Amino acid sequence: MKYGIVVNTGPYTHQASDSAYNFTAAALGKGHEVFRVFFYHDGVNNGTRLGVPPQDDRNLPEKWSALAEKHRLDLVVCVAAAQRRGVLDADEAKRHGKSADNIAPGFRISGLGQLIEAGIEADRLVVFGD
Amino acid sequence: MIKKFMYLNRKAPYGTIYALESLEVVLIGAAFDQDVSLAFVDDGVYQLAKDQNTDAIGMKNFSPTYKALGDYEVNKIYVDSASLEERGLTVDDLMPLTYEDEDDDWAEKPSIRVVESAELAALMEEQDVILSF
Amino acid sequence: MTTLHTVNKSPFERNSLTSCLRFATEGCALLLIEDGVVGAMQGTRLAPRLAEAMGKITIYVLGPDIQARGLRENQVIEGIRIVDYDGFVDLTTEHDRVQAWL
Repeated sequence: MKYGIVVNTGPYTHQASDSAYNFTAAALGKGHEVFRVFFYHDGVNNGTRLGVPPQDDRNLPEKWSALAEKHRLDLVVCVAAAQRRGVLDADEAKRHGKSADNIAPGFRISGLGQLIEAGIEADRLVVFGD
Repeated sequence: MIKKFMYLNRKAPYGTIYALESLEVVLIGAAFDQDVSLAFVDDGVYQLAKDQNTDAIGMKNFSPTYKALGDYEVNKIYVDSASLEERGLTVDDLMPLTYEDEDDDWAEKPSIRVVESAELAALMEEQDVILSF
Repeated sequence: MTTLHTVNKSPFERNSLTSCLRFATEGCALLLIEDGVVGAMQGTRLAPRLAEAMGKITIYVLGPDIQARGLRENQVIEGIRIVDYDGFVDLTTEHDRVQAWL
């Protein structure tokens, strides 16, 4: 089965980001394909590399980056939602005159069309949110 | 490939961003020529309320954008009748959203269809993709 | 064509579970996850509503979320099936679409 995963919540505040990660990992473990993981609303905050969570707890952005690297996942952060919330890559930072960028490895910033495409291409679209 | 996409909205506007950002997906999604429906259930019905005035809360009033949906060929807007009723609302409390029917000499028709739960449940079962916000 | 409905909020916090039950049709499945697992427990005010729904839909609950909250799997309403994340994945393949009630 080919999955599209939608993550609507940021890390830590809501469990949905963890649930999405656990589901995604389980689906991959069972040999399914994950077409894309799309981060929307506060979900874009899963894509920051500047988080410093406590050492004795999970580092969600790093977990997503590691899963993406291991399985060559397409992690997409919605550009409109990311701009609102201050998640930028180097190009976006330069384009908008911001002093820094913060996108985490393995994530890329793109448009909402990528979410629609995931809905079209995947066999199942699974939404995790608040 | 044409899939049936339904956007499920259950929250009031302004208290959270979900109403606004859901609408943004609908507008972008319109370019993909899929079969699109919107469903407003529970507090989601407030997203379509008339006379929204956000001056005193300092947030942008995005309700005029719903009026453009007809131009984007998004004209299947289902509103759950039980949700309206339990909130003391009727369809007259909602913005009169319309579209121009190209199969009927561009006659202007209402996009909002107030439906009973059973009918909306059956519509949900016809969808390929349901996006919940 | 059937739907796997997911409910992730407690029925005492949000109306997501009761709204879902209003729209879930015969043959569909409901999976309770995150705080939603509270709705699967015996003895709550909603237990009769869930028991009644089981005549029409199959109800599942995510075991890891029950354990996390210190609830007991043997206190889950009889007839509600406990699954893990692998089971969650399987449920998405057994039904034609997934509908989240947030």
